[in-house]
Amino acid sequence: MSLHVDAGRPTRAPMPPGRRHVRPRSGRSFLTWLDLKAAPYLLVSPYYLLFLIFGLFPLGFTLYYSFFDYDLTGTVEWTGLGNYTAMLGDADFWKAVVNTLAMFVIATVPQILLALLLANALNKRIKFQLFVRLGVLLPLVTSVVAVAVVFTQLYGRDWGVVNWILSWFGADPIDWKAQRLPSWIAIATMIDWRWTGYNAIIFLAGMQTIPKDLYEAASIDGASRRRQFWQITIPMLRPTMIFVVLNSTIGGLTLFSEPTTFYNGNVHGGSDSQFQTVSMFIFEQGFREFDYGYASAAAWLLFLLILVGSAINFLLIRRIGGNK
Amino acid sequence: MTTLSAPATTRRRRAKAPGGASGLWSATPMTRLILAVTIIISAFPLYYMIVIASRTNTEATDMPPPFLPGGNLGENVHRVLTNPDAHYLAGLTNSLIIAATVTVSVVLISTFAGFAFARLNFRGGKILLLLVLLTMMVPLQQMGIVPLYRLMVSLEWVGSIKAVILPYLLNGFGVFLMTQYTQQAVPNELVEAARVDGASTLRIWFNVVLPAVRPGMAVLGINTFMLIWNDFMWPLIVLTPDNPTVQVAINSLNAKYGTDYVLIFSGTLMSILPLIVVFILFGRQIIGGLMEGAVKA
Repeated sequence: MSLHVDAGRPTRAPMPPGRRHVRPRSGRSFLTWLDLKAAPYLLVSPYYLLFLIFGLFPLGFTLYYSFFDYDLTGTVEWTGLGNYTAMLGDADFWKAVVNTLAMFVIATVPQILLALLLANALNKRIKFQLFVRLGVLLPLVTSVVAVAVVFTQLYGRDWGVVNWILSWFGADPIDWKAQRLPSWIAIATMIDWRWTGYNAIIFLAGMQTIPKDLYEAASIDGASRRRQFWQITIPMLRPTMIFVVLNSTIGGLTLFSEPTTFYNGNVHGGSDSQFQTVSMFIFEQGFREFDYGYASAAAWLLFLLILVGSAINFLLIRRIGGNK
Repeated sequence: MTTLSAPATTRRRRAKAPGGASGLWSATPMTRLILAVTIIISAFPLYYMIVIASRTNTEATDMPPPFLPGGNLGENVHRVLTNPDAHYLAGLTNSLIIAATVTVSVVLISTFAGFAFARLNFRGGKILLLLVLLTMMVPLQQMGIVPLYRLMVSLEWVGSIKAVILPYLLNGFGVFLMTQYTQQAVPNELVEAARVDGASTLRIWFNVVLPAVRPGMAVLGINTFMLIWNDFMWPLIVLTPDNPTVQVAINSLNAKYGTDYVLIFSGTLMSILPLIVVFILFGRQIIGGLMEGAVKA
């Protein structure tokens, strides 16, 4: 397909070794140098230029700011580790950490299990394959804000569909926003609704790389389907699992849009911060309280949290998958 | 006759064998049930968006809640578009400009870098690529938010969509994806043959690489468009409510008219229409790209 694209000239078979094209050296040598040696750097330079300005510079300055008392009035005062020590004793910060971790666990564990189940179903021979896969992926097209708007309505105290369904079983209406655990569950379902299908498609891709002979050999040995799933599919999926779990860890620990929209666009996370995440805490400190130094320190603690969380999950998946 | 029926019987016998392997991939009623329920759950919130957006507020707060669309969609949409606090049309236009600009730029930047990393040998290339992979693990948006904001303040860009577009252009995933894709789609021999014919690096990029990596560019483009269209935190910080993105406009509606459900739902419904269009047009590519990327990563 792409064989005769070379400037209209037909591309020939590779030349015999030793007859390599020799370029004229004299006046064109600078151009040749530019083309061969400098071109690669020129090609990658836009990315690294952006990286310097919008990646490295903000990261470095976040670290720098975090050692200062720095606020809107313009006072900049060195405090050393003052922001960090203050934060370790700040109950609001710890509350945000607990909220973030709790919502992450409540959302991720069922999500991974459901996605595996779903991927296993998608991996069977089914009719309307593309249609079914698109149906599973449908939630991905809605924006996070849109998801949160709809689910906030579904979880409404007085007119919500969820409470209406619960009332069939004689349950009293739940005030999903007011209490800690219900609000976590409500937000976790928003995350799961959006991402379970996406992760199922990723798992499906992983499952399709597993050689079918393995299953055939196992069936001949009399292994049941369930056993095959746990002893072949799960261990063979380990690389995909690591990818999904690390992705969910970063996404889950930086959670922002769903809980913010759940509280009508307010980053306080409920009247008593019952569902304020660390990202919302950073936003509130930086752009509501205008305490830039404190917000910067919180950002670095969030990063630490992500590193530790990723490392734990990575080790966990490696062990679950077995050591074969 | 006999020759024809022989394979049929063996096939049947194999299917019936206890624990036989060929039955392993056929769908059971359980499979169909799981998939059907999933699709219903996936579609329901979207459907419910249409239901509420086409009702009145009294109907929306009925008990039991309405489950069929009503006839007020046009009026609700009109109220969203003319709402003085939301600046909805400006938000829609801004989001389109931002998402389109960022998508085109990211795809170009990534295709350039991907070509260099995959097919050109240069000193330090491996380390530079490793750096890209490392930065993909850092949540830059949350980490760098304060200095980025201060930067925009000192440039006097706060409130302008420039301030939203530029930081989005940094996309490590794009470079990674295009490096992978170029490695797979552009054979080394092809690049060398073009070199031998005297083509310059830029010419090779344009005439050899670009036609071959077009599918990869499409996948990256779709991903980027959806990501940028949906993003919320950074525009919320750096833009003002009178010149918003569409997500910020919805947020203004949500914050000021919290109980006017039909208004908020109509705004939300309109905000996902471009994504639905992308999904219908490129659904196959989205799934293909996701599955390919997942196995390679």
